[in-house]
Amino acid sequence: MNDWPLWEVFVRSRRGLSHVHVGSLHAPDAELALRNARDLYTRRQEGISLWVVPSAQIVASDPGEREAFFDPADDKVYRHPTFYSVPEGVEHL
Amino acid sequence: MPNVSFDDLLADDGRVEPRDPMPDGYRRTLVRQIAQHAHSEIIGMQPEGNWISRAPSLRRKAILMAKVQDEAGHGLYLYAAAETLGVDRADLLDQLHTGRQKYSSIFNYPTLTWADVGAIGWLVDGAAIVNQVPLCRCSYGPYARAMVRICKEESFHQRQGFEILHTLSHGTPGQRAMAQDAVDRYWWPALMMFGPPDDDSPHSAQSMAWGIKRFSNDDLRQRFVDMTVPQAEALDLTLPDPEIRWNDERGHYDFGEVDFGELTEVIKGNGPCNRERMAHRLRAHEDGAWVREAAAAYAAKHAVPEEGAA
Ligand SMILES: [Fe+2]
Ligand SMILES: [Fe+2]
Repeated sequence: MNDWPLWEVFVRSRRGLSHVHVGSLHAPDAELALRNARDLYTRRQEGISLWVVPSAQIVASDPGEREAFFDPADDKVYRHPTFYSVPEGVEHL
Repeated sequence: MPNVSFDDLLADDGRVEPRDPMPDGYRRTLVRQIAQHAHSEIIGMQPEGNWISRAPSLRRKAILMAKVQDEAGHGLYLYAAAETLGVDRADLLDQLHTGRQKYSSIFNYPTLTWADVGAIGWLVDGAAIVNQVPLCRCSYGPYARAMVRICKEESFHQRQGFEILHTLSHGTPGQRAMAQDAVDRYWWPALMMFGPPDDDSPHSAQSMAWGIKRFSNDDLRQRFVDMTVPQAEALDLTLPDPEIRWNDERGHYDFGEVDFGELTEVIKGNGPCNRERMAHRLRAHEDGAWVREAAAAYAAKHAVPEEGAA
């Protein structure tokens, strides 16, 4: 037996916050994915907005390549404010 | 950030995520445990669903429907967590339907009276919470996240059960007797929910080493007894075990011997309701086939061709 396609569900819990991934579900189409997501992930007013995305449409970085993929950021500590020395007594900097 | 090995991750109490390398045994253990857990949630809808149409008031009925719907949701969270390990929900259901995977033995006991709905909420959901809270720190990320969500929802389940029993135990003598009878029948099976004793639990050590299990069966059982005995006193009901008494030296309640022979029998399929639960589950699945087919046909008919999408 073949199941309905998988969808990833994202919920915005309130204004001012971004949508956050909460889990996934099976549904035959987008409309039912939204309704199922409402019933499954917002039974207690956890959200004011929902996104559903077909899981097959998500492009992910390769965990095996993680080191090489993210290594450009490894040697750039000067991107952080803590890299800089500030003379004693200087404020608001 | 260097790639960390599975063992380093565990040693560091880190979380394993779906596409990380992991030993085959770890993956298989998780699939079996999460699937069994998911099956328990959906089979667990049956004993209580049995009372929805006969709930004593509209308030109780709305609450019970919400609880049973939560259990369906718990099943779905868990099937989704299992699927991140590369298995299909449809296959897992198939394994349940053909008896190759199990569900918790507690759901093979009947709900004979309305008070049983109270006893299930208080004792069965109560025991489930004790089992599940440590799973929120399970080493496998998707399982741990599903458990956080589930545990948040469980506390209402336990409270509504406690409230049902409290109302009954302070009602007429008949209602009080009904509440006591339900507690008498559900107490020991609830203690069995923690599984076999530690010296007869062959997979526990490995699960502990893998960070799937955090506490031993007997430790969790003791924790449940310790929190439940005072609650029974508050309900003014007795627990059917004359050996329960506070042990000052241990700092715990002593309690009697659990009949694990009964647990083995129920797991083997010889509980009071094993056949009924499976037959009902199969019937529900087969009766729902036309809905699944209709929804798929509708989706296919209305599928927008890629180029046509604005
Ligand atoms: Fe549950
Ligand atoms: Fe529950």
